[in-house]
Amino acid sequence: MTERILMPEPGLPPPHASRLSPHSRTLSVRVWRGTESGHFQTFEVPRLESQTVLDVVTDIQRRLDPTLAYRFACRVGMCGSCAMTVNGRARWTCRTHIDKVAEDGRLEIAPLNNLPVVRDLVTDMSGFFDKWAKARGQFRGATTRRDDFARVPPASPARRLADAAIECIGCGVCYSSCDVVAWKPDYLGPAALNRAWTLVNDVRDTGNRERLAAVAGDAGCHACHTHMSCTERCPAKLAPTASIAGLKRATAIASLRGELEG
Amino acid sequence: MNTRTQVLLWTAQRASAALLAVCLVVHLVTIIYAVRNGLSAAEILGRTRGSMAWAAFYTVFVLSIAVHAPIGLRNVLAETFGWRGRGLDVAVLVMAMTLVMWGLRAVYAVFV
Repeated sequence: MTERILMPEPGLPPPHASRLSPHSRTLSVRVWRGTESGHFQTFEVPRLESQTVLDVVTDIQRRLDPTLAYRFACRVGMCGSCAMTVNGRARWTCRTHIDKVAEDGRLEIAPLNNLPVVRDLVTDMSGFFDKWAKARGQFRGATTRRDDFARVPPASPARRLADAAIECIGCGVCYSSCDVVAWKPDYLGPAALNRAWTLVNDVRDTGNRERLAAVAGDAGCHACHTHMSCTERCPAKLAPTASIAGLKRATAIASLRGELEG
Repeated sequence: MNTRTQVLLWTAQRASAALLAVCLVVHLVTIIYAVRNGLSAAEILGRTRGSMAWAAFYTVFVLSIAVHAPIGLRNVLAETFGWRGRGLDVAVLVMAMTLVMWGLRAVYAVFV
């Protein structure tokens, strides 16, 4: 691996000085090949200092098998495109160090669960993002560019609730980890509902009546069993379960008031 | 089933769960008390016969079960077997009515 863009962690040698780990010189990596049907192919990859799972996949693709398909962009945990299933758990591969997931030198890398596989480690995310649209995840304001800026006090309760959920980058880790998505394919999922919750708490937004109707019911927030897999595995440390609980309260109140359309 | 009804079902299941939590505690304490004082049909019937309080308590208990269990079963059937639509709703409604019928019959039997 000659190209290293990730910055080294404090106290560790720079990436260009990476060398074989003293306790395990190679990794045995099982990588999913194919589409929905396929098989795991095993590769032997040198184990390096400060090596991430994305480094391993890149090494395989560049050095061992150029036909391996995978997706990445920023390599620093900002874009959310490199999420895969690593030893059975959905993770950002760019922010997952080998030391944390493969102490025994074994690694299994598969595409994200609950999404159609395009090829190898690449999933089709369109269904995932279509559900953001179904959950009315688009901001709808009432002002124009000629109006003054809205002033939302940072300490206001609604702003704090929106802030707590706003940093989602749409990586799909929560969606892939959710049992209810696996059981109910039409369930909107944690990310779309989390997005809807940020807009419910956006005092500038005017689309909440339709939004609450869109996120309620058997395919919406009421399908959540509060397993909290999404919250446990969110790499951005968000709590979609809390957002969904907020939507349950808001929709229940709207329903009792007869404000829930649909 | 429209969205509002789905939300009302969810709310009803949570409300019935709260009632069931209280009913179960009373029921379990009563069982333990009954066992310690000699478990016999005569003693139990002696407590429940003619008692409006026990009849009201077990009526609430039965109705809570009849609301709570079918809604939960509806979710289980949908998630486990992919059963959706009117057929599922009718099936769980029949279950709810059966629970009401059998449960109230039992309450009546220990009251009269």
